[in-house]
Amino acid sequence: MSTHQPPLPQAAPGGSYPGYISPIPVVRTHLGHAIASEWTKIRSVRSTMWTLGVFVLLVVGIGLLAGALVSNSSSSGDLSGASALSLGFFGLLLGSMCIITLGVLTTASEYGTGMIRTTMVACPSRARVLVAKAIVFFSVAFVITLAASAFVAMTQVSMLDGVTRTPTSGEWLKGTVGVSLYIALLGLLSLIIGSVIRHSAGAVTIMIGAVLAPLVIALFMFSSSLEKVRTALFEYSIPNQLSVFYSNSLGDSGPSGWDPLWIILGVTAVAFAGAYALLEKRDV
Amino acid sequence: MIELAGLTKRYGDKTAVDDLTFTVRPGIVTGFLGPNGAGKSTTMRMILGLDHPTAGRVRIDGKRYEQLKDPLTYIGALLDAKAVHGGRSAFNHLLCLAQSNGIPRARVAEVLDTVGLTAVARKKAKGFSLGMGQRLGIAGALLGDPRILMFDEPVNGLDPEGIHWIRTLMKTLAAQGRTVFVSSHLMSEMALTADHLVVIGQGRLLADTSMADFIRTNSRSYVRVRSPQRERLLDVLHGAGITVVETGTGALEAEGGKAEPIGELAAQNGIVLHELSIQQASLEEAFMQLTAESVEYHAHTDSPPVPQAWGTGWDKGA
Repeated sequence: MSTHQPPLPQAAPGGSYPGYISPIPVVRTHLGHAIASEWTKIRSVRSTMWTLGVFVLLVVGIGLLAGALVSNSSSSGDLSGASALSLGFFGLLLGSMCIITLGVLTTASEYGTGMIRTTMVACPSRARVLVAKAIVFFSVAFVITLAASAFVAMTQVSMLDGVTRTPTSGEWLKGTVGVSLYIALLGLLSLIIGSVIRHSAGAVTIMIGAVLAPLVIALFMFSSSLEKVRTALFEYSIPNQLSVFYSNSLGDSGPSGWDPLWIILGVTAVAFAGAYALLEKRDV
Repeated sequence: MIELAGLTKRYGDKTAVDDLTFTVRPGIVTGFLGPNGAGKSTTMRMILGLDHPTAGRVRIDGKRYEQLKDPLTYIGALLDAKAVHGGRSAFNHLLCLAQSNGIPRARVAEVLDTVGLTAVARKKAKGFSLGMGQRLGIAGALLGDPRILMFDEPVNGLDPEGIHWIRTLMKTLAAQGRTVFVSSHLMSEMALTADHLVVIGQGRLLADTSMADFIRTNSRSYVRVRSPQRERLLDVLHGAGITVVETGTGALEAEGGKAEPIGELAAQNGIVLHELSIQQASLEEAFMQLTAESVEYHAHTDSPPVPQAWGTGWDKGA
């Protein structure tokens, strides 16, 4: 603060409200500020490092293990119809739990700690807070998943060179960018559920249930009258939709190609609208 | 300047804040006083746009909180010290707040220095003591060098040195022309810092007055007399036109601050006195009488004694 300030008659820019005037320049804040803030938040807590670290470990570890097992145990010709990329599925399915957890924590942990009040006081536009969180989390999840899945895919393809057929460029795209978008959207859905439930453990449980329950329930539907429901549960379960990206779906009907991406995009968009409406309506 | 008009908040059929209308002016410290559960924090949350009022409105320099584009440079608030992610360092906590409002990064180090947390800036907030957490919260409030400051129970958990520091800080901030609004449930604390007083009980406005006026009207003094010849003394005093109140402990209390006439009357009539002393009813008692009707959580008489700050004079207040 300057040392020789003349005692000016103080008048606020607004006119009729006198009082202290700060030397700090006034900035009209926008989404960019909120994104910078959320980026600082996500990189400055250890839970981010833990969840993403375990995620990379699972995806890469299981991927390499699967590649090694298959290359040792199968002779040439056994798997010539399959693509080596499909071995990446198992690691990603398990790893998705980490992304789900991180997504939930991004929003719900602020409610657990009370930080949300500080956040909302600093940025009264609740929509901006939610959008900034979504953008930052989605980018982080997508980049990490893309790096891990691309590394695993390249390693597996080179390990199984000659054992399996060479994947097409379309399969490459689905097996890396496609699954990464899917996993990041699954994480984004978790972030939204975290914002609605406002409780970390509750939201994680709901999301893991959403991933596993349809498959488990379908397993116990023995009655033939429920055959259709059973098939639908199988085909639209998240693990099966994820496997569609590797074209080794459990069924022949149901989603195919890029369908799972559009499905989760739609679900996430609807959930986002709902979460936003709730956020505006509820007290913090 | 903070202006409240008919501010009301209901949770179901319970009214937490009931038709509050008052103004918090710049240049002075305004104390916001009320017993636990009176609605102080709810009112503050509504000022900050965290809770939606059921009715009424709040304006900050004429604007709704949501309309403030860079709220931290306008109004800084310490809501409760626990509104921090424990896994984040003090520096990063303040940095993310600064970034969200476009406040220069250098301010983070400045406010950490102001509150005396520079040495632990890189330590995780969950290792902080209550007092350090409170200081971190105050650093967050000061970050944007705002025109308006709001502190909810700032002295909670601070040591005597910290309490002294926050008192001085609040007075300095107000002297710079800022609006300072501070809540407390301790009258004695307010008497030392506040220039103006807003008292609420069960969500209703009980008083909106300057501190000087409050002290003038409420600091009643009386004379306490104890005597083994209580009945005779009562007669004598009554005869002399001095009104006395009998207290449960056997002592008599005479209104007015003069001990001399009572002593002389006793001497003239040969009455033995065991005690003759001038008592000053504390502001705490005045506050408790004001809010006696509206105390949310009454302690039962058979429960352990209430702490000193509250306890002195329970028997009179209720």
